[in-house]
This record gives sequence, C-alpha cells and structure tokens, in this order.
Amino acid sequence: MSNRTFSDAVADPYDAPPLSFTDREDRTIEVRAYDGSDEEMEALVEMYDAFDPSDRAQGIPPGREDRIRDWLENILDEDCLNVIAWDGDEVAGHATLVPDGDAYELAIFVHQTYQRAGIGTRLIKALLGYGRVSGVEKVWLTVERWNRAAVGLYQTVGFETSDAESFELEMTIRLAEPPDEEGG
Amino acid sequence: MKVLLGIGGSDDSIRALEKTVERTANVGDDLTVAIVDNPAGERSREDIETRVTELLDERGVDAPVRLLDGDPGSSLVDLAENEGFDQLVLGGGETSPMGKIQIGNIAEFVLLNSHVTVTLVR
Repeated sequence: MSNRTFSDAVADPYDAPPLSFTDREDRTIEVRAYDGSDEEMEALVEMYDAFDPSDRAQGIPPGREDRIRDWLENILDEDCLNVIAWDGDEVAGHATLVPDGDAYELAIFVHQTYQRAGIGTRLIKALLGYGRVSGVEKVWLTVERWNRAAVGLYQTVGFETSDAESFELEMTIRLAEPPDEEGG
Repeated sequence: MKVLLGIGGSDDSIRALEKTVERTANVGDDLTVAIVDNPAGERSREDIETRVTELLDERGVDAPVRLLDGDPGSSLVDLAENEGFDQLVLGGGETSPMGKIQIGNIAEFVLLNSHVTVTLVR
C-alpha cells in the first residue's frame, strides 16, 4: 500500500520526553510518555470527551465515550508511541505514533482550552524525539488542507508534503537514516 | 427508489454491498449493482461478482449486475445520470491505522461530479 515518498534528509533531533516548559498563558506544562496506567487512560478519555467536535479530523477523536474508549485502546497499544502534555493532572494535549508497515502514522490533539499557547509545537517535537530514540525511521500524517494552523505546525517541525492530490494533504518526515541493507 | 450501487474490490465496497443489499431486502428498492475496476482494490472482478451473486441469492434480492469498463468514477456518474437513478451508493472510505477516515479517489470524483444524490456507506 505504501508508495509514499520520504525526504532523504533526517529531521532535527528533538529532545525526547520527559520535559517541561511554561506556556504562553504562564501555565507549567509537563510532557511525558504515556505510562500505560488506567489513571492516565482515564485522564485522556476525559480530555477527548470534552473535545470540541469542530476540531475533529477525519472522524477522530470519535464523538461518544464508548467510541473514544475503543479508539484509545487501539492507539494506546504497546506497539504505539504516546506522549501526553499535562497541566497538573489534567491532559492539555496528546500526540501519538501508530505503526503502519515500516513507518508510523502521526496524530496530535490539543484541547481547546490549551490551544494557541505553544503547546502543540512542544508536544509534537517531544513525540518526534521519543520516536527517534525508540528507533522510528519514517513518519507520515494526513491533514485537511484548509487547516493552516496544523499544516504550518507540521512544516515548522520538518514535515514535507508528499501527496497533494486528495482531499487531505499527506505529509512525511524522516527521523533516521535507512538501515544499510536497504540503502542500495 | 432506483438505486445504483457502485463497488470495486476494496473492503469498504464490500461493506457497502452488504448494507445496501440488506436495505433493499427490507424496503424493496429497485437496485442495480455496478462493478467497476478499482486498481486500489484487492479482489478480482470474478471474486466480487461471485460475492454479489451469493449475497443477492441469500437475501432473495433480484438485482441486475453490470460490469463497467473504463474510468470507475465517471462511468458510474454517467450510468446514474443517463438511466434515471435516484441515488448512487458507494463505500464510505477506508480507515488509516490511526482510525482516520480516508475517502478514495472514486468517491472523491463522484461526490464532486454527480448530479444524482450520493450516499457513502459507513
């Protein structure tokens, strides 16, 4: 299925979590990898249950708690990489890498209360840093072309458009050199 | 209602087939099934045709099956418009590993070009 093109150049080596920073609203935000606990899962359910449906992208997050739980169970699986931005014990944002053949699909969501505060950029960099130290080589995503804020964010961290032919833009980034045997 | 179901070999097509035949059996629509050449599909035309016939027999639905050649999107739109169909039904897209809905090229073309009402089955 994959005939996606990825840049030959490796993206900047962003720092892996844990890390913390002060956002533009003076809140202290901590970014940590998901610890696999039920408590953190429940905090995520709460964030997505309160998520503004107008910020949904291609059907996710789903709109009902049972569907949110099904979806989260799938992407919080141990072969996925998940990073959460915390304001105390409240989830401000969540970013995830889900395996897809030899690459990973990325998605990121920042709760409406925490948008436009610089959290998305820090969160996605932390996720890419986490991916890099976990051996992820290639990452792709799709984004609605009208969503300029998101497209801008992805470009800022190094994503390049790989397919502009469909309703959604497809963008890709390379986090590591290909292994030698594939190098050719 | 005169319904044209357009399917290729992708999973969402098969789901659309099952749901549409079910609905036809319940409400008695006048259904035609058109099989198109979807290069992105994983099943051969023969396999799809067999599946269609099986399902129609199972549910006791009498519907002609047509094989369409050439560009799938435009041949479906042509058929729907020229033969007076009320509705053109298609698969509603695949989901990515993340769970994002991705609309295929055929559905995209049909949505933007059809003057007949389009239904995407989810």
